[in-house]
This record gives sequence, C-alpha cells and structure tokens, in this order.
Amino acid sequence: MNILVCVKQVPDTTEIKIDPVNNTLIRDGVPSIVNPFDGFALEAAARIKDKDPSCKIIAMAMGPEAAKNALKECLAIAADKAYLISARAFGGSDTLATSYILYNAVKKVESIEGKFDMIFCGKQAIDGDTAQVGPELAEHLGYPQVSCALECELKDNSLEVLQEGDIKKVIGIDLPCLITFTKPSFDPRFPTIKRKLAANRAEIPVFSDADLEGIDPLHIGLKGSPTKVKKTFVPQKKTGGLIINEGSAEANAAKLAQLLNDAHII
Amino acid sequence: MEAKTKDLWVFVETNENGTAKNVGIELLTPGRMLADKQGGALVAVIIGSGCEAAVEDAAAHNADKVIVLDSPEYGFFTTDAYAAVLYYLVEKYGPSVVMIGATQNGRDFGPRVSCRLQTGLTADCTSLDIDEESGNIAWTRPAFGGNLMATILCPNTRPQMGTVRPGVFKKCEPVAPHAEIIREEFHVAPEDIRTRLIRIVEEDTDEVVDLEGADIIVSGGRGVGGPEGFEPIRKLADAMGATVGSSRAAVDSGWISHAHQVGQTGKTVAPKLYVACGISGAIQHLAGMGGSDCIVAINKDPDAPIFTVADYGIVGNLFEIVPLLEAEVRKIKG
Repeated sequence: MNILVCVKQVPDTTEIKIDPVNNTLIRDGVPSIVNPFDGFALEAAARIKDKDPSCKIIAMAMGPEAAKNALKECLAIAADKAYLISARAFGGSDTLATSYILYNAVKKVESIEGKFDMIFCGKQAIDGDTAQVGPELAEHLGYPQVSCALECELKDNSLEVLQEGDIKKVIGIDLPCLITFTKPSFDPRFPTIKRKLAANRAEIPVFSDADLEGIDPLHIGLKGSPTKVKKTFVPQKKTGGLIINEGSAEANAAKLAQLLNDAHII
Repeated sequence: MEAKTKDLWVFVETNENGTAKNVGIELLTPGRMLADKQGGALVAVIIGSGCEAAVEDAAAHNADKVIVLDSPEYGFFTTDAYAAVLYYLVEKYGPSVVMIGATQNGRDFGPRVSCRLQTGLTADCTSLDIDEESGNIAWTRPAFGGNLMATILCPNTRPQMGTVRPGVFKKCEPVAPHAEIIREEFHVAPEDIRTRLIRIVEEDTDEVVDLEGADIIVSGGRGVGGPEGFEPIRKLADAMGATVGSSRAAVDSGWISHAHQVGQTGKTVAPKLYVACGISGAIQHLAGMGGSDCIVAINKDPDAPIFTVADYGIVGNLFEIVPLLEAEVRKIKG
C-alpha cells in the first residue's frame, strides 16, 4: 500500500501578534510548525503502517524552500520519503489553484513512487482555515472522499473511516480515496532520535512548475485563482465589557442573572 | 460557466427527518438583501427525503423560488450524490451566486461542486455584502485563527460560491409564502456513490452534543479541575437550557469528550450566549466562540484574556459563582 500525506508548513497561530500601530499581523519571529491536522493525517498513515510494515508513506508539501523543515519533521515521525513542490509561479494561489497544482504534483510523484492507494490530508490548515484543498484535490483526481476523519482501518481493498460529527459514523470507502483528518482521541507519536538524525540527512527532491509536465500556467498562481482578496483587516476586538463587582459572590451572580434577563438572553 | 440569471441560491440542508437545518433558513436573511441589491430572485435549493417541511420553511422565510429534489436516496448525506445533484442543478439553471451553510456536510461537498464548476468558493464566511465597485459579492471571513479578516471577491467566474458560518445571521420573521415551487428529479447511479454507511457509533452517553445549533453554551476549562468539576457546569447548563462546551485543556486532560470542545481544533460556535467558566481564553478558543452574541466570563484570574472579549465578567471562584448563578437563573425562570 502506498499512502501520500499532504502537509502544509504554517505559522503557529497561537504566537501571532497584532501590530497595534498598523493593525497588521506580526509574522516575524513567529515559529513555523507542521499544520496540526496534517500531523493527525500522518499519524493515521503511521498506524496503517504499524500493521503492514510493507506500506510506504510519502509526505508532500507545497511552499517555499523553508517548508523542507516541515517535511523533515514528517520524515522523523513516520514518512519514508518526502517531496517539496515549490515555485514562484505558485505564489498567490487560492484553494482551487493550489489543489490543481497538488493534483499535478501527485501525478508527478506517482510516476516515481507508484500509484497512491490513499491520500491523507489534514481537515484544514490553521492559517487559512478553509478546509477546501482536500476535497478539491479529491475532485481533480476523481476520487471519493471522507472529511473530518478521526481514525481509519484498512479492510481488504477499502478503508473503514470513523467520521466525526454530531453523530459519529463509520463510513466505508473504496480505494483509491482521499481522507481528511481531524483531531483523534489519541496523541500522535513523537519522532525517535534515530529517525530525527536520518531525517536531517535526507534528500528532499523539489519540483517546480517546470517539472510538472502538462500543468496549465493559466490555472496556477494569482492569475489562475478565481477568488481574489479585496482587502484584509484586523477584526475589531471588543474593548472588554463590564466586570461585575457588587461586593459579594451572591450579589455578583444575582446582578449577572438580572443583566442577562434584562437583555432577554435567558 | 456563464451565469444564465442574476438569481442567488441558498442551499438549504435538511435533517434526516426532512426538516431544514437552521443555517439554511438563516442564510435566506442576507440572501434576500443581496438578491434585492443584485436584482435577481432568491432561490432556496433543497435536497433531501420527505422534506416538505423544509420547503414550507424556506417559502415562509422569503424565498421567491424553491427548487426541491425529494427522493429517498437523498435522506442520508453522501458527498458523491449531493455534489452530483448540486452540480446538475447549477448547470441547468445558471445562478449567479450559490451560498451554502458551513456545516460539516456543506464544507465537505461544497468544494467538490465549485471545483467541478471551476469557480471560486470562499470558506466559512461571517459577513456578506455587495462590493460597490464591481457589483460582486463581497465575502468576508476570518483567517489565522480569527486574528485576521479577509474580504474575497470572485470577479471572473460564475457562480460566485461561498460557505457561510451557522449562527451568524438570524432567521427573518415568517412571511406569507409567495414562492414558486419547482420539483426536480435527478438520480445518481448507485455505483457512482463510492462511500457507504457501515454503522452509527453509539456514544458512551446517550447525550447528543449539538454545539453548533445551540442557543446557549456553558463551557468549562482548565479551571474546573477535573471531570467532577463539570457537575456545576452541567447544572447551570440544565437551568439555562444550554449545551455543555469545553476548552481544549479540559478535553486533553480527559475530563470531557472531544465532542464538547469549542475552538480551533473543536467546534466553531456562535450562540446567543456563551458562558465561559474557568477558561483562560487562548486564541484558539477565542477563534471558536468569538462570534457569540453575548459572552460571559467567570474566572479567578482578573488578567485572563477571556475578559477582553467578554460582555460581562465576574472575577472569582467558579465553584462558588456557578451554583449561585444557577439558583438565580432558576429563580428568574420560575
């Protein structure tokens, strides 16, 4: 079995600060991490490999050269090989253009590694939060999908996927398929020292638009993106509301209940 | 594709009993405003099984037309069937705009349809308007965990598509229905549906956690101290008719199941009232509940970031205040 895990290197959004003067995001010095949901996808692949060691896990990221760090982390955790998809021409891609580039990249990597039986992605990236690239990649490939998976198990030539929801469901899906993962009930594994050292030495091939034969330049980057960002702005933060201080816990609770009642909230 | 009409579509998702999910009816409110500005009809599109109740609901909330595909095969959501149906309808009628509730299902099949149509889809919008300069829909959405807002246009391809977060818009007052009802028929070949339901997983508890549909949520965080610390939280929730939520800290500590988690790796919610008890207010948590109409924070640390987003705050011990608040609420509700 061949599993592709798509990962994105993202800024740690918990560390992002707002520049109070310009009202812009301060990204300098913000550490980059493997998108946590992609880490869950990698863990799901690793669990399949635990049961079937002949299984091969390939990690693939699109992004700048620095995204190799995210791929090295994947190699240290569970991936057997990694590929970076990187080109200036990919900059400014929206989800449709990104998924089109990834589709072409999947074809390219498959020409080297063989066909993928499963493609695992995170549910969404924590910077863009769109949750669209996975389903759009599945659409380009013509594969079925299950989104918001918690865990999965290989059964003959299909996957049984536990899907998150108001009611959890187990869904059967034929291979090849694409699954997007959300946070499972268990913690993903950590890398071993030995794997970490090997990952640091690993060669990570880089493919640009020139390497992806047949890619249509009109469908990539800013000009290949149907959506355009008109503007960005920092949301108006509430300036802080009323701190109730009536002198005692009893009085505070009574005042709060009264305020909520007066506002017809309860 | 080219838009054949100026019509604005709202996809109204149905429950398995044939009623409309709230978000679909909510979206008819901004849909009305935008359709009027654009000069097209407001069309509700309903896919489901035995979904006459949803048709009536949409008609009573200002839809000009209701396109309905009612067949037993659509009673249970599958990506393949729903994507095929919506794609077929869009190709047939050529709307200018398609809005979909940003539910788990909406965000699952929406991108497949937009990709098949080779058009733009803006995810999880929280504000909608018309861009005055171009006349396009201006889709506004949060990114970077709610740290940044972006307004997105889809100027060159049609339809313009977006998923819109539940709970952001309010249902309008019911009106006398005037909608033209269009009944469609379309079947997806069984072999084209490549997923199958194997089983529904029975939870350990018989409680169904519907955070996204809740009007009131009472949440506990690290400050509750342990699984038993959720007892007063549950009692307050019971008094308020609320759903119990939690922060990631409480879930990671194993005090409550992940189904209750609000925040970036949990649910995004926008209830009328959100009561945060013993929650410090990490940015990931704020990203998941910052859109609530009214936020109450109860925390013993006066410097907790949760107070910066709270409408009302009480600094103090939650184990003291929450039971008192419960008693006060019960008194008011009589």
